[in-house]
Amino acid sequence: MKNLKFFFIGLYFGIVLTKTEMISWFRIQEMLHFHSMHIYGVIGTAVLTGIVSVFIISAADLKTWNKEKIRFPDKQSYKGLFPGGVIFGLGWSLTGADPAAMVALLGNGIWVMLVGLFSAIVGTFVYSTLRNKLP
Amino acid sequence: MIEFIAQPWPWYVSGFLLGLTIPLLLLAGNKQLSISSNLRHICAMLMPAKISYFDYNWKKESWNLFLLAGTFAGAWCAHVYFRSIIGVGPATYKQLQRLGVKNINGLAPSDIFSWQGLYTLRGFIMIVVGGFLIGFGIRYAKGCTSSHGLAGLSLLRLESLIAVAGFFTGGLIMTHLILPYILAIEY
Repeated sequence: MKNLKFFFIGLYFGIVLTKTEMISWFRIQEMLHFHSMHIYGVIGTAVLTGIVSVFIISAADLKTWNKEKIRFPDKQSYKGLFPGGVIFGLGWSLTGADPAAMVALLGNGIWVMLVGLFSAIVGTFVYSTLRNKLP
Repeated sequence: MIEFIAQPWPWYVSGFLLGLTIPLLLLAGNKQLSISSNLRHICAMLMPAKISYFDYNWKKESWNLFLLAGTFAGAWCAHVYFRSIIGVGPATYKQLQRLGVKNINGLAPSDIFSWQGLYTLRGFIMIVVGGFLIGFGIRYAKGCTSSHGLAGLSLLRLESLIAVAGFFTGGLIMTHLILPYILAIEY
């Protein structure tokens, strides 16, 4: 089961994500009202940690578990980044959760988020049908 | 040990540990954090007809579904074993109560984010319309808060910065200009 290690990374991610409090609707509203820097602090520290680790991985030329070279993903096109981001942001404020947080909310006993997740899957499907007509 | 984990974590501790997910996934097998890609994989999995956007080998991406299952299990562990009081400051609570949120305990207001809440117009808009906008916007912007906000910014990608600027623009528009009217709906 070569995929099992990703289950354990997910386990770690789920615990930490809950403890960041980013999955709280109240925290997201607090952030968007600029009442506290908590979530900005979490995102800032996480990104800084990511930047430093990517730098160390590149500089030390670290290899993966299976001794492969580390590859970083290709650049993406700029199409849709901002408008898509705004549409996502509208939903983010409404539900107080991105997909990761929705899944974490299920783990925290807020089962009605199953409906939110299903609706997000429908949204992805509708995007696929309109994809070529969007600016 | 459990008490130690159960207390609220300061943002620099939880932020640091969250950031470590990026090198963990790279070192475990050259993977990028992208929880939202699973929405596409689930679509591809369920899709009977051939639609080009979903016509790819999703089985190759099954590692991400394992990550998703782990995220659920981890959140459940945190809920059961390391439960801590999650709270925001009184300014936010007061403002939200003024706007019509009744229950201010827990992770989300239970008068909206519950099965009873779903059957109200307000709950329907916030859960169903909100979820739809998330799923649509996320694929249009090619990533979510984890893939652009965390993984993309860690690689100093300009495209991720543009997407994150979009996330916050949309969030601010909703919270300040539209949400007050939605929260005021009483049925």
